Amino acid sequence: MEQIQLRGIKKSYGGEVAIKNLDLTVKSGEFLTILGPSGCGKTTTLRAIAGLEEPDEGSIQLGDRVVFSRRDGIIVPPEKRGLGLIFQSYALWPHMTVAKNITLALKEKKLPAAEIETRLVTALDMVQMSALRERYPSELSGGQQQRVAVARLIALRPSILLMDEPLSNLDAKLRTEMRAGLKRLHRDLNATTVYVTHDQIEALTLSDRVIVMHEGKIMQEGAPYDIYHHPENLFVAEFIGDPGINLFTGHVVDGQLDCGDLKLPVSEGMDGKLIASIRPENVRVSNDAKKGWLEAKVENVQPTGADTIIQVFAGETVITLVQSGFITMDYGAPLWLDFDLSALNFFDPQTKTNLAS
Amino acid sequence: MASTTEHSSTKPSLFSLRNFAYQLYRLKNRPEVIIALLCLAFLGFVVLVPLFQIIRDAFSFQSYDTAYVPDAEVGAFTLFHFDRVFVQPISKALFIRPLLNSLGMGVAVTVIGVSVGSGLAWLMVRTNIHFKGVMSGMLVFPYMMPSWVMALAWLILFKNDRIGGADGLLTSIFGVQPPDWISYGFIPIVITLSLHYYAYAYLLISGALVTVDNELEEAGAICGMSKWQRTWRITVPLLIPALGSAVVLTFIRILGTFGTPALLGLPVRFFTFSTQIYASINARNQGDAYVLALVLIVLAVTFIWINSRIIGVRKSFVTMTGKGFRKRETDLGIWRWPATIGVILFLLMTVALPLVLLLWESLTLTSGNYSLSNLTTYFWVGQGNVNLAYGEPGVLHNKGILGALTNSIKLGFSAALFNGFLGLLVGYAVVRGRGLRLSKWLEGIAFAPYIFPSIALGAIYIGMFSTSIGPIPALYGSFAILVLITVVKNLPFTSRTGIAAMLQIDKSLEETARVQGIGWFRRMFRIIVPLSMSGLVAGMLLTFITAMRELSLIILLIAPGNMVLTGVIFGYQEQDMSQHSGAVTLMLVLIIIVISVIVRVLSGRAGVQGLNSN
Repeated sequence: MEQIQLRGIKKSYGGEVAIKNLDLTVKSGEFLTILGPSGCGKTTTLRAIAGLEEPDEGSIQLGDRVVFSRRDGIIVPPEKRGLGLIFQSYALWPHMTVAKNITLALKEKKLPAAEIETRLVTALDMVQMSALRERYPSELSGGQQQRVAVARLIALRPSILLMDEPLSNLDAKLRTEMRAGLKRLHRDLNATTVYVTHDQIEALTLSDRVIVMHEGKIMQEGAPYDIYHHPENLFVAEFIGDPGINLFTGHVVDGQLDCGDLKLPVSEGMDGKLIASIRPENVRVSNDAKKGWLEAKVENVQPTGADTIIQVFAGETVITLVQSGFITMDYGAPLWLDFDLSALNFFDPQTKTNLAS
Repeated sequence: MASTTEHSSTKPSLFSLRNFAYQLYRLKNRPEVIIALLCLAFLGFVVLVPLFQIIRDAFSFQSYDTAYVPDAEVGAFTLFHFDRVFVQPISKALFIRPLLNSLGMGVAVTVIGVSVGSGLAWLMVRTNIHFKGVMSGMLVFPYMMPSWVMALAWLILFKNDRIGGADGLLTSIFGVQPPDWISYGFIPIVITLSLHYYAYAYLLISGALVTVDNELEEAGAICGMSKWQRTWRITVPLLIPALGSAVVLTFIRILGTFGTPALLGLPVRFFTFSTQIYASINARNQGDAYVLALVLIVLAVTFIWINSRIIGVRKSFVTMTGKGFRKRETDLGIWRWPATIGVILFLLMTVALPLVLLLWESLTLTSGNYSLSNLTTYFWVGQGNVNLAYGEPGVLHNKGILGALTNSIKLGFSAALFNGFLGLLVGYAVVRGRGLRLSKWLEGIAFAPYIFPSIALGAIYIGMFSTSIGPIPALYGSFAILVLITVVKNLPFTSRTGIAAMLQIDKSLEETARVQGIGWFRRMFRIIVPLSMSGLVAGMLLTFITAMRELSLIILLIAPGNMVLTGVIFGYQEQDMSQHSGAVTLMLVLIIIVISVIVRVLSGRAGVQGLNSN
């Protein structure tokens, strides 16, 4: 069943278009991530769902309730939408203790005291913050603040959770830890979740489904696997993946894409100018000369621990590779490369779309 | 409402009525827009309407004009008032002389006050002068006193026999009558006003100096500039915006100031715009007063415009980041002690001396006799004696004074409360409505009272509220009008405090409450108000102090029914009852100090911040 439905949403700020005619649905219990660079309209979309931004056009439906419709003149204010929202800044009230932060809204709803206490204790337990309930936000670390924000959300028991880059203010290590925490939380609560981020790793690791946005439009919508392996357009291909995808431009000559220093086989019917893409991990490497493999020279080696990023020159063409393990190589050392042809994607340079789609 | 017009332009609606209804409906969820509209309506009524009203009155015959023009039709368009003020022979007395006097006084006091204030600010912030803590606190002390306390002290010292009554201290010791130009007129006015208004420049400049990064000067040192080159080529240019606002603030306040020119100018018929407006209103020539008030406003606006033209470009020197940095003090060397002693003497002269003189004066039985045998506590605790001071009882037994005291305190508190409330709402609407045209208008109109010199605003209010307007009764002579005008006059400062406080509160703090289902009133009460409290209290304390010591603003509006302490003092001084005026002034200053201290202690650090923010 669809829990969230956006139809024909448009929003601009004084001539600056933030969202262009956006349609979006989220199923009950689904974890949907809206991914995109800053300024792509992802946060505006989230805020429109929450009611904090008012679209210029379109309609928004939560469950079977229409909360916004320009045509029918319906605007349900955020305070009556019954959602949960976590802000990038966590938005903890600095003048209240952890416990007060969590219970304020419950008290304003006039819930019985015993009920409030139960919810407070449960929520704090879930995020393992019970010991710090009388602390003020300024006395907490960034990670603890984030957990309080989560607890505040849990205590309200909304059926829809909205999260606006909740991990981006944390340092790298904590972010990985909290990411796992959020995934567990979603499993435990089974709440419909819309998660906004510019971090592709969060998008790929957390989501059931990812929407990639760019300049107010949806560029691709799909499971993380498809987004990663079958980008529908050059924007998605380049935006997803770290290190970034390799792109080669060339012309089809005799059933092959001639990119100058390398030649790639193409399928039947492809011709003219094309752009081929391959992810760094889909290039095999050998230190010894192999027949039919492409010779290259090591330009730059960056071991990150578990993996090593290698940049090589094949003639004039730069190619980025990722090999697992901690590898050291000499600058200028020869290498031989072999492309996993099944991982190739081809794009039309004009329309920038994937030829396979 | 930028988006409103956008809608109608992108979608020329088939159902414009329906579209209008939709726009109204949208408002329901936008408290900042509703508040902005309410604030705009209120401010329009208390700022713009009175202004239009006196413009209209200035251009039309009023009933009081029939004395001069018997066949005048009341309400008909006329240039009669302008003719009188600018063209007729009487113009010399009504306009030319007050203009020259006001401009001369304004320029002289601004130059002296801003120079002294800047010098002191540099000494306190940038050098290793002794006793910084105590002295920098004492330097803002004039802020808590009426601007004309110095003038009262001056009269005690230098009064001559010009207007009769008792002699001043100087005459009673040396037996010599000081000449008129020492006792009254331009020179004493400029001196006494400068010794008060330096404090404004001091506050502004020292606030700015604190934020100029020392590293910029150090960079100059590395480039081989000398200490003086660094000061004049780097620091001073960076301070120009702050200097500019100090100059504007001082000049406009001087234009509108009434107390000092009245006390030291009227005895020798030295008129400024402010005293001339007062005289014209007393003489029932309101038309003249309105024209003069308009001239005063035009002068103030012109001055602000010139100032912004001069410093406009330089405002782009954004160096005052408020970021932390190392502070290095200039070593005064052998001048360290002389400078310290100089500042101490200055403080004794501007703060201690006037208060001591007022105290002494209030303790003399016969005015003008400063011998020990003449000391009495009668003017403080006396029960009333027909042979003394027209039978006026001592300050502490005087119903009139105690009533005025109650009024003053009531005025201070209610103005502070209303101002804090209004400042918060304006701040909320302006900050939350950022980007809307409405928010810009509101910010602009909340700043408008700044350009009305105090006495001119008083004149405007007489014009507006001397008759009833719709359901609002004639407010002249009522307590409400004093509160209203004080709130309006202080609004530029409190709304700035409110805006600053709101900018500190991240939007998400309120939005998160909103999403959690907490309504607007509860959000204000539980989140916005507690978080902006310290800034608000500072702003409110400032209003309180200003309201308590204000005379120029309300002199035209007080009547026996709404008498306040400053009015009482002015009345006693007019009747040459200097012991009473001295005692009441001391009482006023004392109460301001006591209440400020209590508020500051209760609210922690809030007070000093507020003073600096002005």
